[in-house]
Amino acid sequence: MSTTSEKLYRNRRIKNAIALSLSGAAALFGLFWLVWILWTTLRTGISAMKPGLFTQMTPPPGSDGGLANALFGSLVMSVVAILIGAPIGIAAGTYLAEFARKKPIGEAIRFVNDILLSAPSIVLGLFVYTLVVHTTGHFSGWAGSLALALIVLPVVVRTTDEMLQLVPGQMREAALSLGVPQWKVTLQVLYRSALPGIVTGILLALARISGETAPLLFTALNNQYWTADMSQPMASVPVVIFQYAMSPYDSWHALAWAGAFVVTVFVLLMSLLSRAILLRNKASHD
Amino acid sequence: MAASSSALSNATIDSPAQRRNTRDARADGLFRWIVASAGLFVLLALLGAALSMLWGGREAFSTFGFGFLTSTDWDAVNHKFGALVPIYGTLVTALIAMLIAVPVSFGIALFLTEVAPNWLRGPVAAAIELLAGIPSIIYGMWGLFVFVPVMGEYVTPWLNDHLGKIPGLGALFTGPPLGIGMLTAGIVLAIMVIPFISSVMREVFLTVPMRLKESAYALGSTTTEVVWDIVLPYTRSAVIGGVFLGLGSALGETMAVTFVLGNAHQLTASLLMPGNSIAATIANEFTEADSDIYRSSLIALGFLLFVVTFFVLAGAKWMLRRMARAEGEK
Amino acid sequence: MYQSIQTRLAVAGLAAFIGATSAQAADITGAGATFIYPILSKWSDSYNNKTGNKINYQSIGSGGGIAQIKAGTVTFGSSDKPLTPAELHDAGLAQFPSVIGGVVPVVNVEGVDPGKLKLTGPLLADIFQGKITKWNDPAIAQINGDLKLSDAAITVVHRSDGSGTTFNFVNYLSKVSPEWKSKVGEGTSVQWPVGVGGKGNEGVAAYVKQIKGSIGYVELAYALQNKMAYTSVQNSAGKFVQPSADSFQAAAASADWKNAKDFYLVITNAPGENSWPITATNFILVYKQPKNGAATQSALDFFTWAWAEGGKQAEELDYVPLPKGLVDQIESYWKTEIKL
Repeated sequence: MSTTSEKLYRNRRIKNAIALSLSGAAALFGLFWLVWILWTTLRTGISAMKPGLFTQMTPPPGSDGGLANALFGSLVMSVVAILIGAPIGIAAGTYLAEFARKKPIGEAIRFVNDILLSAPSIVLGLFVYTLVVHTTGHFSGWAGSLALALIVLPVVVRTTDEMLQLVPGQMREAALSLGVPQWKVTLQVLYRSALPGIVTGILLALARISGETAPLLFTALNNQYWTADMSQPMASVPVVIFQYAMSPYDSWHALAWAGAFVVTVFVLLMSLLSRAILLRNKASHD
Repeated sequence: MAASSSALSNATIDSPAQRRNTRDARADGLFRWIVASAGLFVLLALLGAALSMLWGGREAFSTFGFGFLTSTDWDAVNHKFGALVPIYGTLVTALIAMLIAVPVSFGIALFLTEVAPNWLRGPVAAAIELLAGIPSIIYGMWGLFVFVPVMGEYVTPWLNDHLGKIPGLGALFTGPPLGIGMLTAGIVLAIMVIPFISSVMREVFLTVPMRLKESAYALGSTTTEVVWDIVLPYTRSAVIGGVFLGLGSALGETMAVTFVLGNAHQLTASLLMPGNSIAATIANEFTEADSDIYRSSLIALGFLLFVVTFFVLAGAKWMLRRMARAEGEK
Repeated sequence: MYQSIQTRLAVAGLAAFIGATSAQAADITGAGATFIYPILSKWSDSYNNKTGNKINYQSIGSGGGIAQIKAGTVTFGSSDKPLTPAELHDAGLAQFPSVIGGVVPVVNVEGVDPGKLKLTGPLLADIFQGKITKWNDPAIAQINGDLKLSDAAITVVHRSDGSGTTFNFVNYLSKVSPEWKSKVGEGTSVQWPVGVGGKGNEGVAAYVKQIKGSIGYVELAYALQNKMAYTSVQNSAGKFVQPSADSFQAAAASADWKNAKDFYLVITNAPGENSWPITATNFILVYKQPKNGAATQSALDFFTWAWAEGGKQAEELDYVPLPKGLVDQIESYWKTEIKL
């Protein structure tokens, strides 16, 4: 009797040990790739860094140059995308949290928003091509911004919705019972309380669009030169990376890696920053 | 809420206050109208994207009919297009990615919730979540410059020599040592979605009530048994939802795949051969489609991708919701 | 109230930002063949240094050049495949050559240096149809007696995008191989029987460099700049010739531009002892009655400058500048065809 139960116990222990070491191995396996990718990007990227990167234009093959026009183009298009996407997103998130919390229409919008959140970004690029490029007749920075704004939108909608739902109901009731109109309650009480969360959402959206390539291919195209005119085709770092990485020139590869490094560092910084804001906010609330 | 404020305004009699109240009510109405139209805009954006793609693809759908889905043709010279090769490539690469990513992500989530010492959990989880934000083009570049040579030099010959000899299954693993191909694309995709799936799984594992787990431990269960008999059944639908979310992003991923898939419109059994995916085909060929039917076929591909990911993501959402609702009832 | 200061600052910032993003003179955008991208981006760079005008050229493939000029999204398109006079007429486009170059096969085979491997047209057709699969195939060994070739498998690398380089290459294969003509045919993109697709000349060159045992085809400049092993090819006179500006020139010299309406002429498989068999011309497409006449005028000015001043740069990158007579013919063609 005792031997069989001991055996059973031992078997269970062994099985457990195997399963747990497998899980540890899986974690190592997963981290291994991620560290490898990050390491390659950092090592190759840093060695390709040079002062001219931020001041010179993208070069013709064989010449020396930098990514100034692409960095500027990315910056402009991302900022405009945020300026378009964030206000609409905040408004839509407000609608979901304050007016349509338990209504079918709210559920429908939430559902659609979640789909939009993970929709293939290349499809959004196609959409904007047919909507803007095809009708206006040329590739432009505006079209690129619009495609990026469609990616910003669902991120901001979701965080705004979630953050406003977290604001305690007493705050609303207290303000409303004082006779403050609802729009004022929302703008001055709710937004202030949910601000760190909303800002986090915007930062995450910014991080996400700064590396997006697919939606820009058919909208902003690319530009060899510095342009601040958004009705012209515009360079962006991801598209330049794509073009240069697929090229056979070593000097272009180096620039592509330098661009990859800059984008990666930017994305990681944005994520860290948004994390820090959330943490500080949490700490001050607790 | 709007009703309560208008009730308040009826109760007051003071005239300037009343005026203020009507003004406030009008402002409230305007505010409500603005945010509601922003909400509707979200609906319209998705609907508009779907419809514009259906409209753009109508020529391809009407010309090729149902054959568009089953034809392997992709012939810009004779204007014959079929979606089978890109559909096949999309499904196969996503499947490979899931076969690798799901068990690994499960292992990571298990490790981070049950196995790892407490001090390690937070930092590792945070690191993995940060990595989920790395742009896909970086994965693609790394794939082409670093991983493809490794695949071509070591992995492919090894697969040819070992797995390639197995009857039946071997056909999957025979091919020239290119390095690029569907297997490579699948692996790169897997690496991309691992952070994604594992953080969803970790989050849902954390929602399992402590008392459930503790009672099982108190009865002498091992960690494995707790996970298998308590945690997994409790979180099953959300875990499946997380997997679907990962699948959705693997299906629609463009840049990481475009670099390493090989862009060849051929249907081959071997995973070591180049193929094509819907997203990669669109990225490569859209700006240069020189006839209407060519462009229409590409947009039709986009529509198919959209529909497939819609259903996968809807499934994911439904599964996650089921878990949330079940939890709410308890 | 501090909030209003914040708002005011934000508005001011926004206004400054919008101010910065508008204005400025319109730049010229062209798109199309990757074949001429190296020389065009070089010309554009010098032209910008000289005049301050910006010609933004994006290499998206010849198919793309034709598609985008037809869609009216660019000021000029470029293609290595000439459009027929009928197609031009239907789309309201004018067409003229910009520069002449050559398509060369490139290989990545151990122990094979640039220019050492010899190939014939029919052999290329067989390789690109997947009928010859090993580098030590007797058909290859027969004409390369002095070269030791391993039994490595051949990997074909072709273009994944619509391409004029492809058009000239398969146009040549169709001329020398009846089987290719009937089974695959010609076009800016064809249904390849075998192989891996790279995007643009850049993509093919990058893949050929990456994959051992591969063969692809690129514009000569791409092969030389990347120190790739190009091959010699047998021409219609039966001679094996090396790709070079001279052999391109020899092929171009045989071309009869005078009688080609809208410059519709493909000069592959040209006659002559020294002619490179896959010599190609790049063509520029502009609207005959452009919506934005000033932009088209700037584009034409750019090409006038390039032909006058950019010949040396073209030669440095192994292109053949257009002969003087042809430039004159183009400029009188502009006068009669393009209404600005």
